[in-house]
Amino acid sequence: MKRSKTMELGVGLFMLAGIIGLVFLGLRVSGLSLQTPESRFELQANFANIGGLKPRARVTMAGVTVGRVESIELDTEWYDARVVMEIDGELEGKLPEDSTAAILTSGLLGEQYIGLSVGGAPETLEGGDRIRDTQSALVLEELIQQFVSNMASE
Amino acid sequence: MTDSPFVEVEGLHYARGETAIFRGIDMVIPRGQVTAIMGPSGTGKTTLLKLVGGQLAPDAGRVRIDGEDVHRLSRKSLFGLRRRMGMLFQSGALFSDLNVYENVAFPLRVHTDLPESMIRDLVLLKLQAVGLRGARELSPAELSGGMARRVALARAIALDPELILYDEPFVGQDPISMGVLVQLIRRLNDALGLTAVVVSHDIKETLSIADYVYVIADGQVMAHGTPESLDVDQDARVRQFVHGEPDGPVPFHYPATDFHADLMDAGGRQ
Amino acid sequence: MIERIRRLGRWGCSALESLGDAGIFLAQSMFGIPSVEGIRLWLRQVHFVGVLSLAIVLVSGLFIGMVLALQGYTILVDFGAEDALGQMVALSLLRELAPVVAALLFAGRAGSALTAEIGLMKATEQLTSMEMIGVDPLRRIVAPRLWAGFVALPLLTIGFGVVGVWGGQLVGVQWLGVFEGSYWGNMQASVDFIGDVGNGLLKSLVFALVVTWIAVYQGYALVPTSEGISRATTRTVVYASLAVLGLDFLLTAVMFGGLS
Repeated sequence: MKRSKTMELGVGLFMLAGIIGLVFLGLRVSGLSLQTPESRFELQANFANIGGLKPRARVTMAGVTVGRVESIELDTEWYDARVVMEIDGELEGKLPEDSTAAILTSGLLGEQYIGLSVGGAPETLEGGDRIRDTQSALVLEELIQQFVSNMASE
Repeated sequence: MTDSPFVEVEGLHYARGETAIFRGIDMVIPRGQVTAIMGPSGTGKTTLLKLVGGQLAPDAGRVRIDGEDVHRLSRKSLFGLRRRMGMLFQSGALFSDLNVYENVAFPLRVHTDLPESMIRDLVLLKLQAVGLRGARELSPAELSGGMARRVALARAIALDPELILYDEPFVGQDPISMGVLVQLIRRLNDALGLTAVVVSHDIKETLSIADYVYVIADGQVMAHGTPESLDVDQDARVRQFVHGEPDGPVPFHYPATDFHADLMDAGGRQ
Repeated sequence: MIERIRRLGRWGCSALESLGDAGIFLAQSMFGIPSVEGIRLWLRQVHFVGVLSLAIVLVSGLFIGMVLALQGYTILVDFGAEDALGQMVALSLLRELAPVVAALLFAGRAGSALTAEIGLMKATEQLTSMEMIGVDPLRRIVAPRLWAGFVALPLLTIGFGVVGVWGGQLVGVQWLGVFEGSYWGNMQASVDFIGDVGNGLLKSLVFALVVTWIAVYQGYALVPTSEGISRATTRTVVYASLAVLGLDFLLTAVMFGGLS
């Protein structure tokens, strides 16, 4: 009977360790946060070209992460890309209406993310609003092409 | 109804792969008696017990236990029928992960809702009957072969079955434990009035406890009768078996080509 | 020629037949009403296949994480991208290595033991005698082992992943000098909980079912001689490993390969 008690304890610890491990994988490895989703709001932005931007990419402001890309889809009205972002709730109603969004690259080979810069207009962006002023991703081939045609015209 | 035979075997045919093991066995096992089934090794005596217990299905023929056709039963009612049977296996077949006490308690725990104190009483009673009450804390690995078989016997009778099947109970036992087992089988039968089937090829011991004997060979019943009548049977095959003569109708040699020719053949190839 | 075709046909038929047998076997043993007794038996098997396999799985996980970091670093540093080390270690562990290697180790450590144990029970007539007592060995012997494997392997896989990520950190950050913030930060930015951790666990559940199923079926269906047991044990490890690797390809193609 005593042996079966220690065995039960062993199995219990084993399962507990598994659950703790799963929590570790969730919080530390995949960076889930325990924040409630209510403290976020949505912003939209249309880009002519998103390059390699992917859902769940970071949205930063002055280098600080303030949100994530929620979804990316093709806007069939203008045939450009509509990007929906989830931004920290405390910024709601504080970003000026003429703020800009740009797709940036971290390092030469790093992933792409969205950088927001503050404008100066008195009106502010609310949940669901659209950022008008956007800057598309830099596509290496286009840069090279431009460079070559500049060289040729000189 | 009580006079009707407990087990009836009719025209049983069974083949394993291409080899026919039984070719029409008929057998009647009366209630409350010890019936022995004997025959040379390899005649499928254990297979016969498995057919009776419903673990194997025959190719043709029927086995009826207390009027019920064993192989027509659903899985559930077959397990119900098996509650009324006990079986003692050649190796004892004790559960290696349980100790002696728990082995004997096993059938009680799965088939009854008795309180723990009652189970304890019953287990000790059965262990006392086989003389191993003192060994209840041992694990099966610590038992000698004879003791393991006695524990298995206690387990087989734990639920007070009506039919008990003994598969080679005397094989590989020293004379003392053999004597103990012989006595136990007979005594259990007389005391509890159960029906017993003993499969064995140990002539002397089996004949000393059996009320009726079947001898099977070549897939058929070769002879049957009381031990006394078999002892004086004039059939050459029966005589060879009962008196243990090395050569006779059952040949000593496995079928082979002529010995002399075989030797010459090997010599010629060199 | 006709004889060959016939032989192929016979082989196909018997393969199909044993697959069917194994399927019926699985169905009959998995769906029984669990009792208090059943839970005790199950706990014991979780201890046997899970807790006792923990040491080998964790040690392997640690080493694989460390090797990944070492190898990854030497490649990434050529591109100046050693900051992506955490991402590389975590993704290869969670998506592939943890489920697959843990399942292979599980097949070797626990699967072969299950086959041998059930095979010995069969050889010593314990299964037959259980049946004669009126207890279904599928429920009593096989079902707790199946369910224990089903629970234990995903837990072992989690352990493997955690220890591996930590081992990668040990080599990458402590030894090779990758900046700790970028190790964890890049990892967190690229690992998706549902997509990577969840799919890895899903793989591991499938592997658990297949490996334990193969192990108990081989034990239950073997020829009860010492040679039969040794053959069945070998077969368990071989079949289970092949099944894990083959299924891994299929699952990866469906989960990550864009086939949907």
